[in-house]
Amino acid sequence: MIPEIGHFALILALALALVQAAFPLAGSFTGSRPWMGMAKPLAWGQFTFTLVALAALGQAFLTDDFSVAYVAHNSNSLLPDMYKVSAVWGAHEGSLLLWATLLAAWGAAVATFSRALPLAVIARVISVQGMISIGFLLFMLLTSNPFDRIFPMPPEGRDLNPLLQDFGLAIHPPMLYMGYVGFSVAFAFAIAALIGGRLDAAWARWSRPWTTVAWIFLTIGIALGSWWAYYELGWGGWWFWDPVENASLMPWLVGTALIHSLAVTEKRGAFKSWTVLLAISAFSLSLLGTFLVRSGVLTSVHAFATDPTRGTFILIFLCIVIGGSLALYAWRAPSVSTGGGFDLVSRESFLLANNLLLTLFAALVLFGTLAPLIYEAMAWGKISVGFPWFNKMFLAVMPFLALFMGIGHLARWKHDEPGRLARQLWIAFALSVAVTALAFLPGISAGHATVPLGLGLAAWLTFSHLTGLYERLRHKRGLRGALADLTGNSRSYYGMLLAHLGVAVLIVGITMVSHFGVEKDVRMSPGTSQEVAGYRFQFEGAQAVNGPNYRAHRGRFLVFEGDRQIAVLEPEKRSYLTGGMPMTEAAILPGLTRDLYVSLGEAVDQQGDWALRLYYKPYVRWIWLGAIFMGLGGLLALSDRRYRTATRRVRAADTVAAAGTARI
Amino acid sequence: MSKSLRFLLPLALFVALVGLLFFGLGTDPRKVPSPLVGKPVPQFTLPTLQDPKRSVSDADLRGKVSLVNVWFSTCVSCRAEHRQLMAIAKESGVQIVGLNWKDDKPDALQMLRQFGNPYHVVAFDEDGRVGIDWGVYGAPETFVVDRKGTIRYKQIGPIDQTVWEQTLRPIVDQLKAES
Amino acid sequence: MLPAALLAGVLAWPFAATTAHAFTLEEFSFDDPAQQAEFRGLIDELRCLVCQNESLSASQAELAQDLRREVYEMMRAGKSKAEVVDFLVARYGDFVLYSPPIKPSTYVLWFGPLALGLLGAVVVLRTIRAKGKGQEADLTEAERQRLAGLLSPGREPARRPKGDRS
Repeated sequence: MIPEIGHFALILALALALVQAAFPLAGSFTGSRPWMGMAKPLAWGQFTFTLVALAALGQAFLTDDFSVAYVAHNSNSLLPDMYKVSAVWGAHEGSLLLWATLLAAWGAAVATFSRALPLAVIARVISVQGMISIGFLLFMLLTSNPFDRIFPMPPEGRDLNPLLQDFGLAIHPPMLYMGYVGFSVAFAFAIAALIGGRLDAAWARWSRPWTTVAWIFLTIGIALGSWWAYYELGWGGWWFWDPVENASLMPWLVGTALIHSLAVTEKRGAFKSWTVLLAISAFSLSLLGTFLVRSGVLTSVHAFATDPTRGTFILIFLCIVIGGSLALYAWRAPSVSTGGGFDLVSRESFLLANNLLLTLFAALVLFGTLAPLIYEAMAWGKISVGFPWFNKMFLAVMPFLALFMGIGHLARWKHDEPGRLARQLWIAFALSVAVTALAFLPGISAGHATVPLGLGLAAWLTFSHLTGLYERLRHKRGLRGALADLTGNSRSYYGMLLAHLGVAVLIVGITMVSHFGVEKDVRMSPGTSQEVAGYRFQFEGAQAVNGPNYRAHRGRFLVFEGDRQIAVLEPEKRSYLTGGMPMTEAAILPGLTRDLYVSLGEAVDQQGDWALRLYYKPYVRWIWLGAIFMGLGGLLALSDRRYRTATRRVRAADTVAAAGTARI
Repeated sequence: MSKSLRFLLPLALFVALVGLLFFGLGTDPRKVPSPLVGKPVPQFTLPTLQDPKRSVSDADLRGKVSLVNVWFSTCVSCRAEHRQLMAIAKESGVQIVGLNWKDDKPDALQMLRQFGNPYHVVAFDEDGRVGIDWGVYGAPETFVVDRKGTIRYKQIGPIDQTVWEQTLRPIVDQLKAES
Repeated sequence: MLPAALLAGVLAWPFAATTAHAFTLEEFSFDDPAQQAEFRGLIDELRCLVCQNESLSASQAELAQDLRREVYEMMRAGKSKAEVVDFLVARYGDFVLYSPPIKPSTYVLWFGPLALGLLGAVVVLRTIRAKGKGQEADLTEAERQRLAGLLSPGREPARRPKGDRS
């Protein structure tokens, strides 16, 4: 019964989406207030029904309703409840339902938190969101219904893939999807602006907070994925440039460019058509990612069950949404008058340069991901493009990005003097060069030129931003003045500072762990020890243990630093009762400056010897710490009072905007 | 670039992308085409499955058009294509040489007893090294070899009626017609 | 469709047939640490052909173990990295390499990004130059009056101009 309610709720949601896509939009042209007024209730209604459907599916999982095919394929009565819930989005159909629900949630949020927006704008934005929802709901109802029944009902489910039975992986999709789907708001604002012919500072101001929130979620979502891969897959890697990983990185890169571009459009009215294009592209890349993961076009460990028919549906959907929006862009964007001009040396220049670098890198990632397909299509042979190529591209682009980041935040809008910038930054530059030179010492760099490069760039970012902070606080009155600055209207500045420092932290993490990580594959007998990077691992043997839905061997290691025992690590090798390949659960001793990591391979004889892996991973946590800093920076910037100041200021901005409006 | 053309560029790029993706929907990204097509068969000498004292080598693949079929007994698709192989052996007169890949000898013999033996001779590649020389990465795979011992085609996946009629038989017929 | 189902069976078999082969690389040890590092580097950059995008060093598939052994034995026998790569490419094609070889067909892959980057830089510089040449949108007479009206507080607020759709 409950699954039927869920199914029916989806149909109702689709019906509402159809109305939502048509009437408010039409009303915005005819000026019909009742029709435009339908937007908000429709958005709320759609959210309600998709939520009902999601809840119904969750209920089916929690009650072990194996008559529902999706539950039978992805769950098991022995599965712990937490994973029964996360299994809802563990496979194709359910993850689509999560997508649709989050899309409706964002639509409802726009409907709720947009009191200051003109009615026509809200109507158009919500209509565009409705159009996107139609695509996802139709896709589900026609090809991927999570509520399909299976007959005869199997007595037991096939179980959730053991790789997914993990907390990190449970929350990784919701975070990611919040990001992907969140970019639909910026997209909808962009489309609404193109339709209405008003591309102005007000539009940028409205879009910014929504885009920033989406960006924060996506940052955290990607970091979660990387962290999960590190501790779960057992080989200590944290990024493989796998097609699906790339599919999440591309919208993130364009989204980062977008939040910076929106800042320029809001403040200076420049970059208008470029910002609109970025807004369209960020969401388009989210949709493209959805296609790549579910269509079978590329090989990936992450891919959902592939089916070319489903792939065709999504591709047609992409043609309509992306093709339509780009056609609208081609038609409407040229008539936007160019905004404020700026000089070669100005903050706008540096932001534009980095915008283009981020976009270039996103384009390169897309190119590398699709290259095997391009080569096959052109009959140039079958090739693989893997991490060696992507890493080289990253190394080529990153230094310029970091270089401009260090200067841009100090540069004045519209016009600045190179001399002034040089005067402010020469100390930071000198210090960075010193760090780079020091890092060239054989003891530090171990012969790799990329170590000084990475550390030098991180130093540059840090010192240049500290310089900026000093310059800023120098004019405030003492400590109290500084604190007032923090709690006042400058949170966006401190957000920027934190996020950019996060990039520095990320670079340090990547540099250190890539070059100084140690990996040892050994065979150990119980009672013996191995040394890795100055730490001693003493193996105490392995025992058989039982888990809720698996049997395992659990090894026991005592870890010593010098004479002092610092930890006990207990890695496991699990065999899940529902079959499948044995899973390795690594044991990790986390630390700020290093991780120690043990992973069981296999038992090699009857005497208790095991083949296993010992790792020393220096500064690996800095990678995710950097991402957390970026997210927190975004959050801080978001909390800036400028966004929370009410109607009065926005209405004034509205009038000014009307004066400076682009003509149609 | 003129102003309005510049704004059409994103759309044009997208159209190209869509074309590529539609193409992609029709391909299988996991199929690895063989670089051995057009090259002579790799040199090998292996004991036969039925009689370890006899051996089979690349020399046995010269003089006649042959199909070299890679299989092992627990491979589901190999069992599925077995009937078609029997039909091919009986009707077409092309010699089918089996390459039993990383299999358990009793299991392999049992499979031939149970389902029939379409093979002129079966090479027993116990450790898979000869398979590596042939670029084998899964089973079943079938190579079409001409009279001179050159590999002319590699079929990845099982052979069913359609594959035989539409793909392999025309190649075999053409090779037979070659001097 | 039958062929598709059979193909799906083919593609699934490596995982079905593999027994509980956990793996480590412990058995592939060299006396010389430099050679050990070279071995690790090599199998990191080689692709497991039966996997869904995994390297030879990470994969647990049986074929991956066979190929690792092959690479190990070749290196032990004194073959260079280039010779091992040539051996595998001759049998499996360029697909087995995660780093595409630099040859005429891959020039666009290796040098294209540089070209694209330079093109981007040229476009940026030209855009900034063009903007810098005083391309501020000039106000029309009507807009000038409205601006004057907004700036002087005593005046009536301007009416919304035609065509404003908000």
